[in-house]
Amino acid sequence: MTEKIGVYVCHCGTNIAGTVDVEAVSKWAGEKLAHQGVVVSRDYKFMCSSLGQELIQKDIKEFGLTRVVVGACSPHLHEATFRNACKEGGLNPYLCEMVSVREQVSWVHTDKEAATEKAKALIAGGVARVVHNEALEPLRVPIHADTLVVGGGIAGIQAALEIADAGFHVYLVEREPSIGGHMAQFDKTFPTLDCSACILTPKMVQAGSHPNITLLTWSEVTKVDGYVGNFVVSINKKARYIKTEDCTGCGICWEKCPWKVTDEVFEAGMAKRKAVYVPFPQAVPKYPVIDAVNCAYFLKGTCKACEKFCPTNAIDFEQKDETITVQVGNIILATGYDLFDAKRIPQYGYGRLENVYTNLEFERLCNAAGPTGGSIVLHDGKTAPKTVGIVHCVGSRDQNYNAYCSAICCMQSLKFAHLVHERTGAEVYNFYIDMRTPGKGYEEFYQRLLEEGTHFVRGKVAEVTDFARTPEEEGKLIIQVEDTLIGKQRRIPVDMVVLSAGLQPRHDAKEVGKMFGIACSSDGWYIERHPKLDPVATMTEGVFIAGCVQGPKDIPASVAQGAGAAARVLGKIQQKEIALEPVRASINEAQCSGCRICNGLCPFSAILFHEDKMVSEINPALCQGCGTCVAACPAGAISGTCFSNEQILSQIEGLLLLNLDVKEAAAA
Amino acid sequence: MNDKTFEPTIIGFTCNWCSYRAADTAGTARVKYAPNVRLIRLMCSGRLDPTFVFKAFAGGADGVMVTGCHPGDCHYVEQNYKALRRFILMKRVLVQMGIDPARLKLQWASAAEGVQLAAEINKFVEEVRALGPLHWNLDYQEAVSTPAMEEVTA
Repeated sequence: MTEKIGVYVCHCGTNIAGTVDVEAVSKWAGEKLAHQGVVVSRDYKFMCSSLGQELIQKDIKEFGLTRVVVGACSPHLHEATFRNACKEGGLNPYLCEMVSVREQVSWVHTDKEAATEKAKALIAGGVARVVHNEALEPLRVPIHADTLVVGGGIAGIQAALEIADAGFHVYLVEREPSIGGHMAQFDKTFPTLDCSACILTPKMVQAGSHPNITLLTWSEVTKVDGYVGNFVVSINKKARYIKTEDCTGCGICWEKCPWKVTDEVFEAGMAKRKAVYVPFPQAVPKYPVIDAVNCAYFLKGTCKACEKFCPTNAIDFEQKDETITVQVGNIILATGYDLFDAKRIPQYGYGRLENVYTNLEFERLCNAAGPTGGSIVLHDGKTAPKTVGIVHCVGSRDQNYNAYCSAICCMQSLKFAHLVHERTGAEVYNFYIDMRTPGKGYEEFYQRLLEEGTHFVRGKVAEVTDFARTPEEEGKLIIQVEDTLIGKQRRIPVDMVVLSAGLQPRHDAKEVGKMFGIACSSDGWYIERHPKLDPVATMTEGVFIAGCVQGPKDIPASVAQGAGAAARVLGKIQQKEIALEPVRASINEAQCSGCRICNGLCPFSAILFHEDKMVSEINPALCQGCGTCVAACPAGAISGTCFSNEQILSQIEGLLLLNLDVKEAAAA
Repeated sequence: MNDKTFEPTIIGFTCNWCSYRAADTAGTARVKYAPNVRLIRLMCSGRLDPTFVFKAFAGGADGVMVTGCHPGDCHYVEQNYKALRRFILMKRVLVQMGIDPARLKLQWASAAEGVQLAAEINKFVEEVRALGPLHWNLDYQEAVSTPAMEEVTA
């Protein structure tokens, strides 16, 4: 039967019509493609508007259209819209084909004539292809009601609590011995100067004791199988060497442990901890961990002081890592960020000059539970600084390191300046490139700092040195900077320097992303489904992102994303099933020769071989629709829906139709 | 046609997850590139049947570009490696068919690499322009319309 095809070309305001002669394209399609079945061809200002959609629906009824081609934006944006419009109009949604004449034509080309010719070719390809589209029904997959949240920082905690409070089960996995993340390390939060721990710990306790949350700390995800609705996740629970069912968290073990180790994680190298430890007093869960790398028993075979003194016999040196497997329907990744390594900028002296600190170290220095009990003192542990220099944008907004803005450093640096003022009365210099305070109450905080008398020097610091040129500089750290507001080089002697190191993706973000089937941007942050309209979803159905994994952000934004991701997951759970694109391969048994070439090609082991019948068969529940087997079958026995050989071969013909015209015209 | 510079026609195959997204990224960022390339979306570069490539050449394309996720980044675990195997094989077959294998290009592009993809398209367009028109479709028509061939195909 001959198909009746409707072609619709969108102006998208001037987005397409500015570069492509939309009327000419639609007219051309109506005339030149009539022999292929085009019965109506229109252009319209905004096809995605309800009027544009109604246009299609009206034509479906009036002309009895059996196929629809829409030339507009990328199918990743509006395919669902137009398929739905067709469905409303009584046409199977999969009989609609989208052609990207915006992202692939008008936005990337400048020559109007060439762009119009290309748009015609793309439409011809779409028309040739749509003839072979099949009426399909989406695949319905049940959604497992449990959720996996990876990362127990504030974003992950928020996400887990939202889902758990709604009555669904959550596995919250954290790599460190306690949840809390970076927020637990901070002293105050900007701009309200709330005590960070005071507002975080109630949430940690809630997460730790929630009946719907299984907390898996000191654990890491090692493998992810399956797909949305039905992921099977392997989690390695590292040996704690503590029987958690017996441990009361009394603290005698770490009191008695004779081995001290520098705490590089929680205390940022500023303080020591014991070989058996909880990272901080409010840790959730309360159980300690024995750090086998530094424990005397594991190193030398003797000691066991903790075991001797433990009142409940909760120490177990024989514990082994344990792998558990959980089944979940959705996954939220909230694995946070790493701090930029300030040693990479040697001229700032970090690691070489004693009184140069990073922002995280300074947080610990300010923190009442930190190494100095909250007093801001120099490296000697007693002298209060008289002048402090705070350097913004360390490793951020710098083509040599990270080109992006780390978003939080300006406000964090202002907070530091305020704390130094408040606690030491020292003079504070902030060295900034641009002051960025775009948040509720942030600009007001900046004004407050200006009134407090903090000096703001606009310029990128060139060097921090202890090489004095004048007697006043003797024994000081000298900050060399070009003050761009007065146009002069300045040397400012200070006692202490704080480097506001930027945020960067976790060192293993790429591998972790690969495990969950999501990709990183060129900066290394995970890519969201849409940067404006879908910031917490990813291209992989059922995998969501929240917090700094998606890009640098402050606490309120991380909390909002955690809650946002949770809302998306809850929506999926409530639907109980999800409609998936029916892109699947299937084998025509009659044509299959049983050669088994396809068997080894499938990474999802979806192809079974029936020895008795000597034919292969594809399990549609396991098939992900990549189409590799379709391309490989020498007998042509495998076909793939939505991307069949007929569809693609016809599309090639269609795309080259115009070209052939030109060449034949030239030859003739 | 002789007084004009030769404008090659290139058919490009993209995967749904990385390289098609790279083309979208290029579009959204308004990165400009040559209008000679016409893209076809597949779910995965592993879907690329060599027939598609030969069909494109036979249909009048002067060059074919195969794109996909970077090795190790495939949405379907490893199917881009299968595309790579086929690509190498196709190059050999092209030689046997008398087609310069430089007319077939493989390019990995992640979803973020709009600028890179645009640059590679421009480069490839210039390379194919330098090779000149292929006219394989016309030659092919001539070849099959010889009496000897007609006898065989009849």
